[in-house]
Amino acid sequence: MTSHDAVAAASPSARPRRRQRVRLAAFMRHVLLVVACGLALYPIFFMVTTAFKTRADYLANPYSLPWPISFGNFSQAVDGGAFGTWFKNSVILTLGSVILSTAFAALAAFAVARMRWRGRHVFLSVNVALMVVPPVVMLIPLFIFFTDLHLVSTYQGVILIYAGLTLPFSVYLLTNFFRSIPHELVESALVDGSGNLGILLRIVLPLSVPALVTLVVVNALWVWNELLIALVFLPEDRLKTLMVGVTVFQNRYNLDVPVTMAGMLLASLPMILLYLFGQRFFIRGLTAGAVKG
Amino acid sequence: MLRTRPWVPYLYVAPAIALLALIFAYPIVKVIDFSTRLIRGSTGPRVGTLNYRLVFEDPTFRDAAKHSALLLLAVPVLLFISVVVSVLLYERMRGWKLYRSILFIPYILAVPIVGIVASYLFSLNGVVNSILRGMGLDGLALDWLGSERLALWTVMAVIIWREVGFGIILFLARLLSMSEEPLEAARIDGASWWNRLRYVILPELRGTIEFYVVVASITMLAWVFAYVYTLTSGGPGTSTTILELYIYNQGLRNSLPGMASAVAVLLLGATTILIGIRFWFNSRRSDEEVTA
Repeated sequence: MTSHDAVAAASPSARPRRRQRVRLAAFMRHVLLVVACGLALYPIFFMVTTAFKTRADYLANPYSLPWPISFGNFSQAVDGGAFGTWFKNSVILTLGSVILSTAFAALAAFAVARMRWRGRHVFLSVNVALMVVPPVVMLIPLFIFFTDLHLVSTYQGVILIYAGLTLPFSVYLLTNFFRSIPHELVESALVDGSGNLGILLRIVLPLSVPALVTLVVVNALWVWNELLIALVFLPEDRLKTLMVGVTVFQNRYNLDVPVTMAGMLLASLPMILLYLFGQRFFIRGLTAGAVKG
Repeated sequence: MLRTRPWVPYLYVAPAIALLALIFAYPIVKVIDFSTRLIRGSTGPRVGTLNYRLVFEDPTFRDAAKHSALLLLAVPVLLFISVVVSVLLYERMRGWKLYRSILFIPYILAVPIVGIVASYLFSLNGVVNSILRGMGLDGLALDWLGSERLALWTVMAVIIWREVGFGIILFLARLLSMSEEPLEAARIDGASWWNRLRYVILPELRGTIEFYVVVASITMLAWVFAYVYTLTSGGPGTSTTILELYIYNQGLRNSLPGMASAVAVLLLGATTILIGIRFWFNSRRSDEEVTA
């Protein structure tokens, strides 16, 4: 079998031509990726530039860069929307549900990964299957049930729902990580006379910080961005989340595009900042369920 | 394995099981029960299959089912773009990390925000149409979200725009975790780019492709409510109404929880079949590994 390289080396004129072709192919690939990146960024570019334009500037030219830069849209957005309240509600729900989900998942994953008991394989399989059950299936019965329990329009009710919905993924991710911790480390703690809970708290969890950060980031992103549950279970104005607030805001400023975009930019800022600082945790977490699936 | 008293492990899983029972198990049992009852308040008399018959006779439901099925057409598109782009990035071309970071950004944005921004881009006098008119393509400057014929396809394009970031990251992560030796050997043997893709890379990706197709199908069937709600609210008419929106409207707006539950059961059935396919793929693969 002759390789291309051998043929190319044999004829003196073939090599530069081949190299040229390779260079052209590489160039085409860059073109393709640059176009893809342009498509990925354009709507964000539109949101950011429009947010800094006056309404007259926007109507005169919707794609130009904003000049002079105007901050008026932001003060109008803050005055017109209840961004402070929405933001506070989203933070409370995200913190509450992520803490609850992580705590319950850590206890369960510890038992699955480190203890022998009947049903642990079934328990893990059930969690894997539940990871993809869509919330809309449970929506109607949960709403009726929570109405009876007076949990609609309360933080506690929605925190329970979000914690429950993120629990299967949390159990799955932490179980995989806890299994990878070397047995000797756990053994040594046993010799020191630690109890089971002590081993979890003093050995396993401190060694699992990367997995915990990944888990918190992924779950926080999911809860922060969720719309359907928030829409149904928190209808009162004082309890609306940022995502529900954003839809209310858009209805109010429908015709004023720059103010709407200023509102959208304010609402996306927390997650964009988190992504810029913790990109690897996003990528690791969002692929964790699949790569070794 | 730690040595424990036999009941200790159950103590550790009890909180998780209780929460899963409250949020998943109980509502799933209830939704099946509700679908056979005429619900008033929190229960009602049994009516057999009446809710299912009413649902199938409802033209809005048939539209919604058709639209949800059509959205599945986005899955092959997502798969194709994700595989091609991730393979391009995998070849470690200059700047691949920067490309990766940028292509993942849409997936970080919240769906409601994406929907609202896109609703301005695609409006009749929005930026997409002014660009088209500027290029002299006035005939292509259409009412992307306002016409019954186009709206669903526009919604699908927006979904693909955001969701493709996840596919790229997923396939790239799998590629980066595979051993480079077979690929290097193929390259030394002079295999063309296409043959390397066909005979080395795609077989390596098979498991991830199966996973992705199942997850993306479930996403398109049952996790796109926020896109539709913010882009079109199901309109114009019922031209972008999907199953999730139908459940939401019937169950909570029109106070017909029985009919909504029947549709939820159908959706659960479709999801279960898809999950079953995934488990079947997985078990088949581990059989192969055992025999190999």
